[in-house]
Amino acid sequence: MKPAPFEYFCPDSIDQALDLLSEHGDEARILAGGQSLVPAMNFRIQQPAVLIDINRVPDLDYILEEENVLRIGAMTRERQLEFSDLLSQQAPLLHESVPFIAHPQIRNRGTIGGSLVNADPAAELPALMLALNARLKVRNNSQERWIEAPEFFIGMFTTALEADEILLEIALPVMAERTGWSFMEVAPRSGDYALMGVAALVTMGEDGKCEGAKLVYLNAGDGPLEAKEAANILLGEKISDDLIQSAAEHGSEHEITPFGNVHASPEFQRHLAQVLTKKTLTQAVRRAEERKQ
Amino acid sequence: MTTRYFGKRIKRNEDPRLLTGRSLFVDDVDLPGMLHAAFVRSPYAHARIINIDVSQALKREGVVAVYIADDLGDYWKPGPLLVSPPPIADTVFNEKTQVPLAKDKVKFSGEPIVMVVAESRYIAEDALADIYVDYEPFSAVVDMEKALEEDSPLIHEDLGTNIAARVVQKKGDYESIKPDAALIIKRRFSYEHGCAAAMENRGVVAEWDRRSGRLTVWDTTQAPVVIRNGLADLLGLSERQVRVIAPFIGGGFGPKIMMFYQEEVLVPWVAIQLDRPVKWIEDRAENFVATTHERGQIHDAEAAFDKDGRILGVHDVFLHDTGAYDPYGLTVPLNSQANVLGLYDIKNYHSEFTAVFTNKTIVTPYRGAGRQHGVFVIERLLDLAAKELKIDRTEIRRRNFIPPDKFPYNNEIIYQDFVPLIYDSGNYEPLLDDALEKIDYHHFIKEIQPKLRAEGKHVGIGIVAYVEGTGIGPYEGAKVQVMSSGRVSVVTGVGTQGQGHFTSFAQIAAEQLGVPVDKIDVVTGDTDQFYWGAGTFASRGAVVAGNAIYEAARDVRKKILQVASEHFNAPEDELELFDGQIRVADVPRMSISLGELAKKANPTRGAVKPGTQPGLEATNYFGPERGATSSGIHAMIIEVDPETLQIHIQKYLVVHDCGKVINPLILDGQIHGGVAQGIGNAFYERLVYDDDGQLLNGTFMDYHLPSALDVPRIETAHGETVSPLNAMGVKGAGEAGAIPVGPLFAQALEDALHNVDLEILEIPLNSNRLWEIINDANNKGK
Amino acid sequence: MTRLRSVAITVNNQEYKREVEPRMLLSDFLRHELGLTGTHVGCEHGVCGACSILFDGESARSCLMFAVQADGHAIRTVEGLSADEDHLHPIQQAFWEAHGLQCGFCTPGILMSLIPFLEKNLDPTEEEIRHALSGNLCRCTGYQHIVDAVKLAAERMR
Repeated sequence: MKPAPFEYFCPDSIDQALDLLSEHGDEARILAGGQSLVPAMNFRIQQPAVLIDINRVPDLDYILEEENVLRIGAMTRERQLEFSDLLSQQAPLLHESVPFIAHPQIRNRGTIGGSLVNADPAAELPALMLALNARLKVRNNSQERWIEAPEFFIGMFTTALEADEILLEIALPVMAERTGWSFMEVAPRSGDYALMGVAALVTMGEDGKCEGAKLVYLNAGDGPLEAKEAANILLGEKISDDLIQSAAEHGSEHEITPFGNVHASPEFQRHLAQVLTKKTLTQAVRRAEERKQ
Repeated sequence: MTTRYFGKRIKRNEDPRLLTGRSLFVDDVDLPGMLHAAFVRSPYAHARIINIDVSQALKREGVVAVYIADDLGDYWKPGPLLVSPPPIADTVFNEKTQVPLAKDKVKFSGEPIVMVVAESRYIAEDALADIYVDYEPFSAVVDMEKALEEDSPLIHEDLGTNIAARVVQKKGDYESIKPDAALIIKRRFSYEHGCAAAMENRGVVAEWDRRSGRLTVWDTTQAPVVIRNGLADLLGLSERQVRVIAPFIGGGFGPKIMMFYQEEVLVPWVAIQLDRPVKWIEDRAENFVATTHERGQIHDAEAAFDKDGRILGVHDVFLHDTGAYDPYGLTVPLNSQANVLGLYDIKNYHSEFTAVFTNKTIVTPYRGAGRQHGVFVIERLLDLAAKELKIDRTEIRRRNFIPPDKFPYNNEIIYQDFVPLIYDSGNYEPLLDDALEKIDYHHFIKEIQPKLRAEGKHVGIGIVAYVEGTGIGPYEGAKVQVMSSGRVSVVTGVGTQGQGHFTSFAQIAAEQLGVPVDKIDVVTGDTDQFYWGAGTFASRGAVVAGNAIYEAARDVRKKILQVASEHFNAPEDELELFDGQIRVADVPRMSISLGELAKKANPTRGAVKPGTQPGLEATNYFGPERGATSSGIHAMIIEVDPETLQIHIQKYLVVHDCGKVINPLILDGQIHGGVAQGIGNAFYERLVYDDDGQLLNGTFMDYHLPSALDVPRIETAHGETVSPLNAMGVKGAGEAGAIPVGPLFAQALEDALHNVDLEILEIPLNSNRLWEIINDANNKGK
Repeated sequence: MTRLRSVAITVNNQEYKREVEPRMLLSDFLRHELGLTGTHVGCEHGVCGACSILFDGESARSCLMFAVQADGHAIRTVEGLSADEDHLHPIQQAFWEAHGLQCGFCTPGILMSLIPFLEKNLDPTEEEIRHALSGNLCRCTGYQHIVDAVKLAAERMR
C-alpha cells in the first residue's frame, strides 16, 4: 500500500497554486488535509500525476464573523472548528457535529475545504453546508465565483468545482434567532462513516408556529440530500409529535434514496432516517423554544 | 519453600523495550542491500490463468527479479499438511494444501500469482501494475450448501467433489433415547467468517550468507522451530544451516501459525537465488485476503431433554467452510465438535461434520479455533429448552453440569490432539454461584429489570458457560542457565506475541531459583538459542513451555544445591536460595551469589569428578498426556436502543478457572483481550463475500474492530481446580475470553428485547441484522 | 521515479536533512530513512492509529502524510518520550505498572495520541479517556488496562 509516483508542487501563494492547477488541469489534485486523498493514494485508487500541496499557502485558515456572516477559510482544520468559540455561539449545529467526524488525529489534519471538495455522500460537512445555507467561494487564475451549497454538490464524489478551480472560503449566515438545531447519526462505531445521519434546523415564531425548517440527510443518496417536502409539513404549524412523525415518515420514505452497503440495507437506512428525523426534530424544536425565552 | 514470585501480579520484563520503541519487530530488520517483494494477487476467486506477461515489469528501473510458478522449477510444490486427519474410523479427508504461486488456476481472490522483487517496496508495487495476467473467470463456489450440489463448479477438479472432509463421532446412542424425551429442540445455527486482524501484519525477511552457508529468516510466525525444520527440508539444507527468528510479534491469535504461507516459502528461496537479503511485509489490504480466516459453519442441531431439563442427548450435523485449501487439517471443526459437549454431562451424542472447499481465503484456527461454534450451539439449545420448560436459564445449566466427583470425565470422543477428550478436573457450580452473586442475577431479574422495563428501557442479562481445552501436546522444552553475572537465562522454542512470556516464564524459574524476576532473561523464538519445540497455539504456552521451564529450573536448583553443598561442606537441607544467593541457613557469612557459584561450577583448570557437567544449567522437556481443561462463566448486562438497535454493555463479568495462576495481572489482560475479540466477533466483525467470492469489506474502515468505546470494563474472578496433568497445576487461558461471547450476546439481546418473540440463531450480528431479525419475528407473530 | 526533494525535518529535537521521493510516506521516512522504528505501521489507511506521531505538537497519522509535507516542521515520536529504558515518561511508567500493553505494537501510537490529550486534561473521566483512545485500535488488551494506565498517569502528572 504505497502511493504511485507523482510530481509534487508546494506553492506558497494562492496565485501560484492556481497557475499550477491551470497548467496541469485534470492530471493534478490539490492536497489539503489529505485524510481522504492519501488513503485513496495508498490503495492506488487515486493516482494523480501531479500533487499541489496548498498547506503552505498562507491565510487560508480562519474563522471570522462579518456582518452576520461566518467566513471560514478552506484550509481550516476540523479541529479548529471543533474548538471555535465563535462557531459554538453562531453556528452551534456545525460546532456540535464536528466531533462526529472520525477521530482526533484525523480532525487535526483534515480540513473543511478538503472534505467539501471530496464530496463523500457519507461525510458530515457537505450535509451541514446544505443545512446551513452555505455559499462557497472558488477561484481559478482569472476569476472568482460563489456557488450555493445545493449547486456545489452534484453527485457522488463530484462537485461543481472546475478542474482549474480551488475552493477558498465557506460563508455561512449566523444562526437566526428563535432557531433550534440538532445533528445525530448512527454509526457502527464512534468515528465511523454513519449508516445514516440527519441535520435539523427549526425556527419557531413568536406565535408558537413553525416559521422555518430544514432537514438534511447524509449517506442517503449520491450526495447530501435535503428533504424539503418533509420540512414543509412543519411550516406554519404548531409542532406536535404527530406532525414530527409525519415529517419523519415523509422524509425517510420519499425524499431519500439510500443505496445500502455492507453494514446496512437501504431499508434499515430508511428506518434509521425516520428514527433520527424524529429525534433531531424533537431536539431542534425544544432548543428553538428555549432560545425564544 | 515460600512462594514469592509464582502467582504474583508482577509487571512485565519486556515492557520498557516496547514502551520506548526499542524492541525489534520483523519490519524493523534493515540489512545492507536488502530487496523488497510484492505480489500480484488474483482479483478473481476462481479463474483459469491463460497467460502471464511480466516483460514490462522486468524493464522497470529498480526491478531486480520477477517470478511466476514455472520459474520455481522443482521448488514449486504444494505445502506440507500441518495436521494430519485424526484417528477416527471412516474419516474422509481430501488433502489439498496451498501452492507457492498459483499455476493454471486461482482458487481464491488474493492468491499470489507473481512475485516481484525490487529495490524498494514502492517500486515493487509500481511493477505490479506492469504485469498482465489473462484470466478465464469461472463461477465461484461461495455458499457451502451449493458447493455440495451435483452441478457445483469444482475447486479441485481431480477430487471430483468439493468435500474436504467428513467425520462422524458418537457417544452412547442418541436415537435410542429420543423416544424418552419430554422435549426436543431442533434448530439451524450459523456462524460466519471473521479474521484475527492482529495489529501487525505478517512479514518475512531472509538473508543468505554464502560464505558460512547459513540462512537467517526473521518471521512473524508463532512456530519458529517448525518453520526452521520445514525450510531446511524444502531448501535441501541441514537444520543447522537455518536460523529462524520470531522477534517481537505484534499479535498472533492463531493465523500467524499457518506454517508455510506462500510468502514464507518464497522469500528465503529468492534470497538464496539472488544472494541478497529480501524483505516482504504484508500490508493491510493483503492481510485481509492472504492471511487465514476463521469461521463459517452451519449447524443443524437438536437436543433431547427430560421434563426437568436434563439433557438426554445431542445430535448435530454441520458444515465447515475450510476455504480453498485445508493445510491445517481438521483442527477447527474438531474443536467445534468437542465443544458442543460443553461442561455438561451428556451421555448420548451424535456429531458429524462435512468440511467444504470454497473459493475463499484458507481457514485455520483463530483464538477460540472453532470452540465458539460448538459453545454457541449447546448454549443456545439450553436457552431454548429453558424457555420451553419454564426453567431458569442458570438452573438448567446447573442441572446438567458434570458433577465434581466425576472427574476425570471421559467424553468418549477424539479431540484435536488425537487422544480421547477427557476433562482433567473442574468444579463448575461454584463458578456459576460466584457469577450469579457478582452480577446480582436474582436481584436484577426480580427487581431491577422490571423497574427498567417499566421505564421503557430495554435492558437484558445473559449468563453462559464454557470449557476450553488447553495446553495440548506434543511437547516443549527449555534450557535454564545461571550466568556468571548472576542473571538467569531461560530459553524456550515457542514464539511469543504479547502474552507476557518474558515475565510469566521468568516467574516460574524465579520460584525455583530464588532469583528476582527482573534478573531473569527469557529468550523465545530463536531457533539458534533453542533447537526443539512446536509453537504457540491452543493456549499451550504457559502449560507446556511453562512446565518444561519448571522441570529445567528444578534440575538447576538441584545442581545448585549439590555444588553449594560441596562448596560450603554443608548438607543440602541446610541450604537456602534467596535473592540470587545461596547460603547456609542461619550462618550469614556462609553465602555465595549464584553467579560466583556458576563460575565455580565451570573450572578452567584442575580436575573434576568424572561425569561432572559444567555450569549451573539444565535442559528439560514437558509433554502432557493430554490437554488441561479450563472452564468459566461469562455474564453481561446490555441495553439496546429499540429504534436504532445500537447496544451499550453496562456490565461484563468473567468467572474463570484455569487452575493455578502464574501472574493474575497478565491473566486478566488475556481475558480482557479475549472478551474484546469475542465482542467484535459477536456484534462488529464479519467478513462479507459477494456471490463472486469477492471480499467486500477488506479494510479497517469496513471491517470493524471494537474500539475503546465498544469494549466495556470487564470484571474478573477466579476459581481454582488444579490440573493433575502437570506439576504446576496450571491450565491455559489464552482463548477463554473469546469463546462464549456469541451465545452470551444472543441470550442477553433476546432478554433485552423481551417484548418481541425472537430467537437469535446466528453470529455475528449488527444493528442492521438485529433489526431484520426483529422484523421477521414480528411478521411471524402477525 | 520522480525527482528527489530535499527536506529538513526536526524529529525529537534533532534536525535531519534527507533527499526523498515526494511520495514517500512520513511513516516510511521515520522508520526506514531515519531508523526510528518505534513508530509502527498497521493499516496505511488512517484507521488503526499505530503510526500516530506528533506533528507540531498535535497527534497525526504519519501514514497519511508525505515526508515532504514535514519539511521545516517538528515531529515527535515515541523515541522522543524518554532518554532510555531506565528513565520512562510518566505515561510509559503508568502503562508498565498497569499492564497497558501486551504485544506492544499499537502502544507507540497510543502513547503519542495521549501526550497532547493529557497536556490539556490532567483529570479526565473514563469516558473522556475512551474517546481519546477511540482513534487507536488495540487487538490485545481490550483497552481496560490502557484506561487504567491513563488514569494513573494523569494522577501522577497532576
